[in-house]
Amino acid sequence: MNRRKLTIAVTGLNNIDSPGPGVPVIRGLRESDEFDLRIIGLAYENLEPGIYLHDVVDKSYLLPLPSAGIESLFERIEYINSIENIDVIIPNFDAELFPMIKLEPRLAEIGIKCFLPTLEQFEERHKANLPEYGKKYNVKVPESTAINSYSELKKLSEEFEFPMLVKGKYYEAYTAYNEEQAGMYFNKLANKWGLPVIIQEFVTGTEVNVIALGDGKGNTIAAVPMRKQYITDKGKAWGGITLDDKKMLELTEHIMKSTKWRGGMELEIIKTKKNEYYIIEINPRIPAWVYLAVGAGQNIPEALVKLALGIETKPYESYQVGKMFIRYSWDHICDIQEFEKLTTFGEL
Amino acid sequence: MKIKSNLAISESGFVFDPETGDSFTLNFTGKDILNQINQGISLNDIQKNILEKYDVESDSLEMNFYDFISMLKHFNILHENE
Repeated sequence: MNRRKLTIAVTGLNNIDSPGPGVPVIRGLRESDEFDLRIIGLAYENLEPGIYLHDVVDKSYLLPLPSAGIESLFERIEYINSIENIDVIIPNFDAELFPMIKLEPRLAEIGIKCFLPTLEQFEERHKANLPEYGKKYNVKVPESTAINSYSELKKLSEEFEFPMLVKGKYYEAYTAYNEEQAGMYFNKLANKWGLPVIIQEFVTGTEVNVIALGDGKGNTIAAVPMRKQYITDKGKAWGGITLDDKKMLELTEHIMKSTKWRGGMELEIIKTKKNEYYIIEINPRIPAWVYLAVGAGQNIPEALVKLALGIETKPYESYQVGKMFIRYSWDHICDIQEFEKLTTFGEL
Repeated sequence: MKIKSNLAISESGFVFDPETGDSFTLNFTGKDILNQINQGISLNDIQKNILEKYDVESDSLEMNFYDFISMLKHFNILHENE
């Protein structure tokens, strides 16, 4: 079979202890039977490991941080595109999704396709908007509220029972068992990720996750439920296993159908002892454990590229239950010349 | 008593619950008990079978047997007949 040649640019090459999804997304793409790919790595930091893994990326470029503004980002992508002729970009960081969604029509004009949620879809599933989301789409969510100051936290301590979850705008969450801890975490998260900080009711149960892909018309193209078996101190999965849980799949399909979600998604769910499913977070992108789904039979990165290119994409109908992943770290050796080239010229 | 329907029990005594992702390891006797429950044999009859097959005192068996049954229920492996 003649495989179609494509150039795909991927961000999230930070394969560190709290890994970005870039490298596993690329592993999935590399296994595609339909595409012969040149992979362009897009990085924000010069020590993102994926940059130096030459069997993973063919070439890497540094991007300006999202704080530099949308225009700088577009100019840089335009420059990279003038060399690489990119077909599809897959952004993998929460913080870059807003500018990428904004840029999607302009990127299309220069021949680059994306497959991202709409701005409305992106905004309404924010942690701070979860209670309204729960009501609108009839799904269980924990009580939560977004706060912008320490004094608001003080007032909330009377309304919420401890323990409570204190969550950063984009990443990180801590369990606070008293007011002092809540205050400490509020300051830490506000400094790191900005405001608001989200205070969420602590729901007791088992954390389970679903990785899914929606076609933007209400169809679920792929969905694989997983339970973390080994969790790092940052709450990241270091091992996990695919589950046979019909209710999780029904919940995912309900969300995809009622929101007409477009793109990759991760649902973070607490399953209580009474078999109730509370959605605690909706991540608007492919998660870092995506390669488990690929290994279980659903190549989500490949399907996302097909959707971006407007190729007919049939929903996956099954996956292997009991498939596991065990993450590992690896000391990759490289020469200073590579680092020099990247930091001096912004590309490698 | 009924074993959870979609449970996978291997020859080696490894038990996998595909709904929760939990897995357990049974010793030879544990596997024997689970297999007998699976065949629809009552708990009383299983105890009798164990007494006949193994070198064990009746009191010791009773205590350990019900401990094991409680554990199976606790881990959601065993359910009351509905």
